Amino acid sequence: MTLVPVEAEKKIDEIIARYPVRRSALLPVLWVVQRHVGYLPDEALAWVADKLGLTFMDVATTVSFYTMFTRRPLGRYHIQVCTNVSCLLGGCEEIEAHLKKKLGIGFGETTPDGRFTLSEVECIGACSWAPAMQINFDFHHHLTPEKVDRILDALP
Amino acid sequence: MEKPKVLSARFDLPDSHRLEVYRRTGGYRALEKALREMTPEDVIEEVKKSALRGRGGAGFSTGLKWSFVPKDSGKPTYVICNADESEPGTCKDRLIMEKDPHAMIEGILIAAYAIGAHLAFIYIRGEYWYLKEIVEGAVEEARAGGYVGANILGSGFDCDIIVHPGAGAYICGEETALMESLEGKRAYPRIKPPFPAVVGLYGCPTIINNVETLASVPPIILNGGDWFRRLGTEKSGGTRLFAVSGHVERPGVYELPMGYPMKAMIYEDCGGIRQGRCLKAVIPGGSSAPILTAEEAEACTLDFESLAALRSMLGSGAIIIMDETTDLVKVVYRIARFYAHESCGWCVPCREGTRWMVKILERLLSGRGRTRDLDLLYDLARNIFGTTHCPLGDAAAWAVYPAIEKFRADFEKYVTQPTVALTTVPAG
Ligand SMILES: Cc1cc2nc3c(=O)[nH]c(=O)nc-3n(C[C@H](O)[C@H](O)[C@H](O)COP(=O)(O)O)c2cc1C
Ligand code: SF4
Ligand code: FES
Repeated sequence: MTLVPVEAEKKIDEIIARYPVRRSALLPVLWVVQRHVGYLPDEALAWVADKLGLTFMDVATTVSFYTMFTRRPLGRYHIQVCTNVSCLLGGCEEIEAHLKKKLGIGFGETTPDGRFTLSEVECIGACSWAPAMQINFDFHHHLTPEKVDRILDALP
Repeated sequence: MEKPKVLSARFDLPDSHRLEVYRRTGGYRALEKALREMTPEDVIEEVKKSALRGRGGAGFSTGLKWSFVPKDSGKPTYVICNADESEPGTCKDRLIMEKDPHAMIEGILIAAYAIGAHLAFIYIRGEYWYLKEIVEGAVEEARAGGYVGANILGSGFDCDIIVHPGAGAYICGEETALMESLEGKRAYPRIKPPFPAVVGLYGCPTIINNVETLASVPPIILNGGDWFRRLGTEKSGGTRLFAVSGHVERPGVYELPMGYPMKAMIYEDCGGIRQGRCLKAVIPGGSSAPILTAEEAEACTLDFESLAALRSMLGSGAIIIMDETTDLVKVVYRIARFYAHESCGWCVPCREGTRWMVKILERLLSGRGRTRDLDLLYDLARNIFGTTHCPLGDAAAWAVYPAIEKFRADFEKYVTQPTVALTTVPAG
């Protein structure tokens, strides 16, 4: 199957072998697949179910519990703005407004060119360096509108 | 007051996350001592003596927890390091994993030796992907150095460590939900008892501890439990990493001894309230802890006993500081929205109650609130408290009703002066 390349499948097999119970590998395996495919379409869930000896529904209902697994494609850059309490006190409302205006989209939306998806997230563990966001897996701290501009403009 | 550095001693060293630096600064000597000179019972006794209490939230005695693992269950036992760090306000485990991952790993290995576990898991929240890579690197270095795997340091003791990624969902930090998640399922909390020390991961005895708790273990073994206890108070031993956020001049993560005055922390260590303003309120233990007035905060000390006496808690050690300009209704609303979003939906008081609280707060914030809404909100929160399957429901209630008790005027303002209402209330 081309969905998951051979090297990724090798890595998946290694992950599964580490666990005393096969199903425990479900989250890490889904992560490898999501990072290769970009999201988790039905075919990906079916592939993972087959790999771990689970049913499609077993995998689908588990996936739906976890906010970081996405069943739809996201933009190339997933901007995740924390709006929880420390970031609120640190001024995240200004960052949120700036991002929405700059990108012309709201939370949960993707720019038409597929470059950016904007999301509101709960605390990402950067509270002492608020306001904060993550772009894909990279943290950005002490945000100001100017700093946000610099960060976005520097993206390849 | 003296401020010894126990947990953050290596944070400023270059390449502090590397095994070589860790070893050069006394690393893995505690593990060696435990394996060569101590029985598992000795280790547990030393940790009990230290008055180390869990840094994840509940503050339970670590040594006591370890002693609950049955010796004759005939089943494998496991150690889990809780690196899910997702309590709003909390960002201190992140520093340990980034700057001193071997301290956590050494603590895990000593815990495993104490309870006879041969496999340990580090459950790291998915957002901390870069830390997962650092920690995995550290585990591999430790394995190459003979500290992880078979026959550790020639002692005959084996222990492997698996680094496991979460994928979002605050409830995964709750210990039994975390175990469900680690078993590859939806993270619904389990009924307790039985407690994980008896029936945990895969139905086997399991010890679960926070990153910071485990990172505190090597210095305890090396310098003795009495030494650690004396750093703090009689009932809350040691030092702690406090994540300070909000309206102080210098927010940050500070290592301070237990029993340190909150006032000194705010006005000396953190440089006081920003722009010379006055303190209004403090949330002392992460978003789940009941709010304190300025007077309460300035009079308390940073230990479990002092905050329990104020009917609040030290929780995860996250201290959220709010100045006089803060609109507490907005703060409470934001926290309520967090709990509504994170409720796993298993039990009715939490699933429905958190949403109703959000709706009432939205009504207040939009200027459509009625005087009786304050009592309605208060009663609702009181009714969620103590009626839910896991402590998330209590946390949601605690975020709301103490704020109404202590800062009622803030809430009344929205009813009596509809002009203060927000023009847009973010959608829940
Ligand atoms: C809703 C909820 C979320 C929690 N989140 C965390 C967390 O992110 N990290 C953590 O260490 N403990 C968390 N806890 C506490 C754990 O259930 C558990 O008490 C802790 O990991 C035990 O370790 P300790 O004794 O070392 O503190 C949470 C508890 C609840 C009820
Ligand atoms: S209290 Fe909330 S989070 Fe906990 S089990 Fe009930 S619904 Fe789930
Ligand atoms: S509240 Fe925003 S990172 Fe914690």
